[in-house]
Amino acid sequence: MIDLTLTELKDALARGDFSARELTAAYLQRIREHNGTLNAYITVTEEQALAAADASDARRARGEAGLLEGLPVAHKDIFCTRDVRTSCGSLMLDTFNAPYDATVVARMADAGAIMLGKTNMDEFAMGSSNETSYYGPVRNPWDTARVPGGSSGGAAAAVAGRLAPAATGTDTGGSIRQPAALCGVTGLKPTYGRVSRWGMIAFASSLDQAGPMAHTAADCALLLQAMAGHDDKDSTCVNEPVTDYCAALSGDISGLTIGLPEEFFPDDLDGRIADATQAVVRVLEQRGARVAKVSLPSVALSVPAYYVIAPAEASSNLSRFDGVRYGHRCDDPADLMDLYKRSRSEGFGEEVKRRILVGTYALSHGYYDAYYLRAQKVRRLIRDDFKRAFEQCDVLLGPTSPELAFALGSKKDDPVTMYMADVFTIAVNLAGLPALSMPAGFIDGLPVGVQLIGNYFDEGRLLNVAHSYQQETEWHRQAPALGGTA
Amino acid sequence: MSWETVIGLEVHVQLATRTKIFSGASTAFGAEPNSQACLIDMAMPGTLPVVNHEAIRNAVRFGLAIGAKINQRSVFERKNYFYPDLPKGYQTTQLEAPIVGAGEVEIRLEDGSTRTVRIHHAHLEEDAGKSLHEDFHGMTGIDLNRAGTPLIEIVTEPDMRTAEEAVAFARKLHALVTSIGICDGDMSQGSMRFDVNVSVRKSGDPLGTRTETKNLNSFRFMEKAIALEIRRQIDLLEDGGTVQQETRLYNGDSNTARAMRTKEDANDYRYFPCPDLLPVEITEDDIEALRASLPELPDARRDRFTRDFGLPDYDAEIISASRDMSDYFEQAAEHAGDAKLAANWMLGEMSARLNAEEIGIGKSPVSAAHLGQLIQRIKDGTISSKIAKQVFDACWQGNGSPDEIIEREGLKQVSDTGELEKIVDGIIADNAEQVAAFKAADEKKQKKMFGFFVGQAMKATQGKANPQQINQLLQKKLQD
Amino acid sequence: MAIDQETVARVAHLARLHISEEDGAEMSSRLSDILAMVDQLQQADVADVAPLAHPLEVTQPLRKDEVTEPDIREQALKLAPAAEGGCFLVPRVIE
Repeated sequence: MIDLTLTELKDALARGDFSARELTAAYLQRIREHNGTLNAYITVTEEQALAAADASDARRARGEAGLLEGLPVAHKDIFCTRDVRTSCGSLMLDTFNAPYDATVVARMADAGAIMLGKTNMDEFAMGSSNETSYYGPVRNPWDTARVPGGSSGGAAAAVAGRLAPAATGTDTGGSIRQPAALCGVTGLKPTYGRVSRWGMIAFASSLDQAGPMAHTAADCALLLQAMAGHDDKDSTCVNEPVTDYCAALSGDISGLTIGLPEEFFPDDLDGRIADATQAVVRVLEQRGARVAKVSLPSVALSVPAYYVIAPAEASSNLSRFDGVRYGHRCDDPADLMDLYKRSRSEGFGEEVKRRILVGTYALSHGYYDAYYLRAQKVRRLIRDDFKRAFEQCDVLLGPTSPELAFALGSKKDDPVTMYMADVFTIAVNLAGLPALSMPAGFIDGLPVGVQLIGNYFDEGRLLNVAHSYQQETEWHRQAPALGGTA
Repeated sequence: MSWETVIGLEVHVQLATRTKIFSGASTAFGAEPNSQACLIDMAMPGTLPVVNHEAIRNAVRFGLAIGAKINQRSVFERKNYFYPDLPKGYQTTQLEAPIVGAGEVEIRLEDGSTRTVRIHHAHLEEDAGKSLHEDFHGMTGIDLNRAGTPLIEIVTEPDMRTAEEAVAFARKLHALVTSIGICDGDMSQGSMRFDVNVSVRKSGDPLGTRTETKNLNSFRFMEKAIALEIRRQIDLLEDGGTVQQETRLYNGDSNTARAMRTKEDANDYRYFPCPDLLPVEITEDDIEALRASLPELPDARRDRFTRDFGLPDYDAEIISASRDMSDYFEQAAEHAGDAKLAANWMLGEMSARLNAEEIGIGKSPVSAAHLGQLIQRIKDGTISSKIAKQVFDACWQGNGSPDEIIEREGLKQVSDTGELEKIVDGIIADNAEQVAAFKAADEKKQKKMFGFFVGQAMKATQGKANPQQINQLLQKKLQD
Repeated sequence: MAIDQETVARVAHLARLHISEEDGAEMSSRLSDILAMVDQLQQADVADVAPLAHPLEVTQPLRKDEVTEPDIREQALKLAPAAEGGCFLVPRVIE
């Protein structure tokens, strides 16, 4: 059963092919066998999962099945889960059992989903390789000497390795799409404001957005249906009606105009990745789409703008981790200053400290205009580029990542090179647009992903384009060989 | 050349909302520590703020009350600094786009002169929690109940020149915010707190270096702290020293002040727009609706009291400063049928008792109806003014209405001419010697001696004799 | 723009981070790399561009002034590294 997609599992549960308990137990068994290798989960909530599965089976027996009834999911450890450790991949929160559930977690539970556990991630979602986690790196199921991407690396590895049929992720600069691409799964970052951020530990508030990761676009549609919608607890969560995403999956894309931004196909792009991307375009053309060339001149500045805005917001968002009310506190502080400095320096890892320092510097006296304000202006230019592009086309398409899964440790000491891993994904967050990454083939046995970017609140169309592609291809059904069975 | 003082104020006004500015936790005063701090107030990871509509309305009401420009689009920003009672590590406040723009407040001084104090702006922000230093054996305890309480910070231009002006402004502000109902005005619970910026200069010179004395929570302390700081600065400068720009703490018990420990990074707050909040928009319609719902403001009330009731300016100013006082006054005046007497009683006997017991007029045991009745009994001759004070006391003790007290204690004035005549005759008969002396004296001496006979009459009637009638009778009998 | 060790120390203090002297050199070179990359922003022509703080140009929803939050003190204090008498405890604060 672990090779079925979420949508297929939903149907199988509905038919009674197996119970939620059997399904959950199968995944828990799979986790026991392979998490030691992959390190995809920080916390596995076995007992709660089995109890929730029993409760789900009982609901189904009463005819009360919800949208995700009995379907196991893994939550990124950035989402608060009541009375379950919520570490954000950091020593700072190693002992933090959240006192409440994130809206995403609560909504999925209300829809009948069963939480298997909390997935590994780059510390405070700062990273593109899942190597900054306090709990150690996650390994890519396709090649365990390579990274899964990040920051939702645990989620991507869990889905790719069949340690969960679906997972939640968060995406601030590509943290859903890039690991989805590197692990060969489908991942959607919704429009900023589509999904509530309540209970999702903030990295960069104006960029963060939660989204689904699974095998197929149809799975993501199902998950997003449960996750999306207005939440009174998040001022930035918009009050727009939620599309029926599953109904949007007609597979028909005739008449669709796909824009190919020239900036996403630079001269130095890996030719194999460029070819894989063009191959996707041809499939979509065969299914009735038209192609247009577009230009997004300002996206060239998206990485520098992002590395001002995101650290600036992060430096402030992470000030609450001060060793006073929860989280790590140093031993025997001499005075208040010592308590602050040692608790924070011990609790945070190197990359987090780097970003806090960059953000603090960018906001500090004398630099605000040159860095922060300027970055916000560039942000508008980038957003306006996209707005103009969407006057000419319905979706934009390009590679998700400029490279395949790289070797563990190969970029660890070179932050700037690491930051370039998100060169194609970051602009989308600055503009607040929805985008997804879908599997588009393999190069040397490693998955390659293609990114589709949609207009605001046009998730339905994005999912339909990906669904259409996935009806024609089998990339999303490939499974890595991890050995063992369940 | 003489010294001139320049004073500007920053006033924190706690808004009288039921809940915090960014969370649905109660703002009620006096709860157990941390029992009114919710997930948001404690800055739990993943929590987010949502703005309280009533806090916005209250800020707009204030702006309208001072004739200020209301910024229809205002922005919340983060002011970043670490402090244990600041749970998020930043205070959410407003800087570039505050909700209330420039306005004016007119103050009236005791000599009747007026002065206009310009308001630079007023912005919304959240209060911090409290650091408790007692009872934690050398440690500090943090109580976050107050964290997130909505405040408006009102920033004046440096338009005041004396401590008296600053206090008059503070009182006026107190009158305004309590009148429009956005603040309970309870200074003892920190509902209004004043930061005072003081500098001195020789007349005509540019502004001197200023210091800021923080967190003054009574008018009296404010006046004393300003006086102390002016003296300190002048002494310093006259001795050839210089004033350091610093934040000072005033101790009211010892009437001393000291510089706060300076933080080298104190002025690098790294303000930036709060990404968890969106710009607040207020429509023209919302503003007009709030304007229409504003109650009568203290200045308008003062003018009405002088015009319609003929109150002296100063009395009108004091009474109109508080909505409770004004409401009480209007009721008492109606019951009494005499506004001036009602004002006199309120500013005399009533104020003395309220001050002695440190309560507001809202808690006075003598109701406006009772005071009105008491004044009526004076006016219709039932009791004398002197007895009236006795009745007021009894009424204050809760012994019933003035009429009940007068009846029960037999305090009615004796106005029966026949009875009074008998008493006067008795006095004349019993004091033959004094009567003889009186008759022999000249007019000037007689005036002095007359009091003796009045005193005897009052003594005989336990003060209940109608004084006019006693006078007339004695005049007549002694001249015979 | 290069960022020297002294600046690293100043910024670290603002952020309440302790960066040891040996780490300071490493950090200053890393931060200089990052800032050099970020300095590409200076090329942008943003003369007449308004800053964009939020991707969606929407306005703040407002909440009714109603008490909705329960007392969570006991739960919260259990998460605290040090608590006493209903309060969070920190080393003595001197103003």
